[in-house]
Amino acid sequence: MAGFVQQVIEGLGTGAIYAGLALALVLIYRFTGIVNFAQGELAMFSTFIAWQFVHAGVPFWAALALTLAISFAGGMLIERVLIRPVEGAPELTLVIVTLGLFLLVNAAAGWIWSFLIKDFPSPFPGGALRAGGVALGYSTLGVLGVVAAVMGLLYLLFRYTRIGLAMRAVASNPESARLSGIGVSRMLALGWGLAALVGAVSGVLVAPVLFLEPNMMGGVLIYAFAAATLGGFDSPVGAVAGGLIVGVAETLAGAYVHAIGSDLKVGVPLAVIIIVLLFRPQGLFGHAAVERA
Amino acid sequence: MSSTPLSLKSSPASGGLARHWRWAALALLTAAACAAPFQLAPFRVFQLTMVLVYAMALLGLNLLVGHAGQISLGHGCFFALGSYAAAIMMDRWDVPYLLTLPAAMAVTFVLGFALGVPTLRLRGLYLALVTMTIAIFLVPLLKRFGSLTGGSMGLTLAHPEPPAWTGLARDQWLYLLALAIAAACGLVAWSLLRSRVGRALHALRDNESAAEVMGVRLARYKTLAFAWSAMFAGAAGAVNTWVIAFVSPDSFTVNLSIMLLAGIVVGGLGSTAGPLLGGAFVMFVPTFSQGLNEAAPNVVFGVLIIAVMYLAPTGLAGLAGRAGRFAAHIQRKK
Repeated sequence: MAGFVQQVIEGLGTGAIYAGLALALVLIYRFTGIVNFAQGELAMFSTFIAWQFVHAGVPFWAALALTLAISFAGGMLIERVLIRPVEGAPELTLVIVTLGLFLLVNAAAGWIWSFLIKDFPSPFPGGALRAGGVALGYSTLGVLGVVAAVMGLLYLLFRYTRIGLAMRAVASNPESARLSGIGVSRMLALGWGLAALVGAVSGVLVAPVLFLEPNMMGGVLIYAFAAATLGGFDSPVGAVAGGLIVGVAETLAGAYVHAIGSDLKVGVPLAVIIIVLLFRPQGLFGHAAVERA
Repeated sequence: MSSTPLSLKSSPASGGLARHWRWAALALLTAAACAAPFQLAPFRVFQLTMVLVYAMALLGLNLLVGHAGQISLGHGCFFALGSYAAAIMMDRWDVPYLLTLPAAMAVTFVLGFALGVPTLRLRGLYLALVTMTIAIFLVPLLKRFGSLTGGSMGLTLAHPEPPAWTGLARDQWLYLLALAIAAACGLVAWSLLRSRVGRALHALRDNESAAEVMGVRLARYKTLAFAWSAMFAGAAGAVNTWVIAFVSPDSFTVNLSIMLLAGIVVGGLGSTAGPLLGGAFVMFVPTFSQGLNEAAPNVVFGVLIIAVMYLAPTGLAGLAGRAGRFAAHIQRKK
């Protein structure tokens, strides 16, 4: 029993990381209807920036703050420069542009920082809380706490600020929002900036676990896709819940289903995506889109 | 999806003169393609063979993405399955290599059909997601069934030898073989697209509801588009196995699928020359930029894909067409 609880805790820890990236995906999807295939790579790039700061001797938390600011600005810049020209274009165009960004950012990181893996310091102390044969690592606790905090801050932003209200208006109906005097394009850029920031947080959280290298986020991205699909691509709460569920499911499947083992674990998000899309395409918390053909 | 940038309007200038030139260009290209292996160094011949292999795979992807409008980020999967089908038959059961081609095509056709059925309910982004996940899942799957696939070490095979009566070197023989198969595939795809099938695919790409109202059976044509596109990729995979004589899971990562999609986008979605131009792109961009830095090929790929999307949504083939029309325009003015 203790072993099982232990596995669930580990699953929640990894799930929280998936939830972070899924949250970033959902933010962009809500505002622009784009599934950003480059989201993981942007997060990886942000993490490299943080690593560079830490490497240069900047204290961890200061480096993190700087990185988040840079990521926010970078996300807005990408929206302005790369996404604006294809706004409203067919899905195929959008998918291809974000895939181009994926290749570009991945290779650029490899060019700048090489493909060798790097150690990334963990912001949380080692050790664990122990009770009844179950260990709850401080780092797991820290990751869960950070994701909960990000979630809470986003909620406050969207629920109680003027900007948040404007952003929600843009997400729900850009035309009407524009007519009531909201700068739609500014809000879209802001959405990309926020997503890049949230992605950067997930990158910094994942780096101590996976080691930092340009292909670090490739695997995480698939889990984040599964999380966002499960929760519903238009629901931030769903993304977090989906991330936790996928994390736990993955860990349990790897530990208890021998045919899966640790090598085929990536089949879990695939199965989740396919099952959800076939039986409940809007996800657990999403809204079914009604479309007039 | 009501409109796509891919709808190809037949060029207004494709009158008698343009058609004339097109045939002349085709004849010239054929002559050059047949003469190439006797003029170039073996390494160059190998590179051209690989261009043909990629072009075959892109022929399928063009059918699916360019003509039927279904996004697939998992085309490398079928390429891999074709390669492995051929390799396993040659390695485990000593099947003569020429027979592995139809077998690989049959296997990938069936699997493409099987994948087409669950994806019927998916559109656009979700289809891209699912196919990409499948492409990622393939690598650990190939490694797992090591007794058949050779695991992460892969399978090393003997190169097929040219028959003695031809008097050709191995690279020349494989090149000509690839050329013949690619030409046959191209012909099949071309006639497929000129038939009722092609019109049905275009209709469902441009407007699903309208197509359905006009009597196009959506489910049937979508699954068939998947099956055909998989079959062409399977043919390319089998030839790839003959040429390289080695298969391993790590040559078929999701990067291959992304590169193939990039290739057809840059070559020109929905165009006749697109697959060939895209094949050359996929083959030569890494070769040329590798000297700069190991990361350079993907930087170039990324920049080019985005640039093509902005500046020339119809790809290199579209650019060539535009240049041709411009020339015709100048000529008329004189």
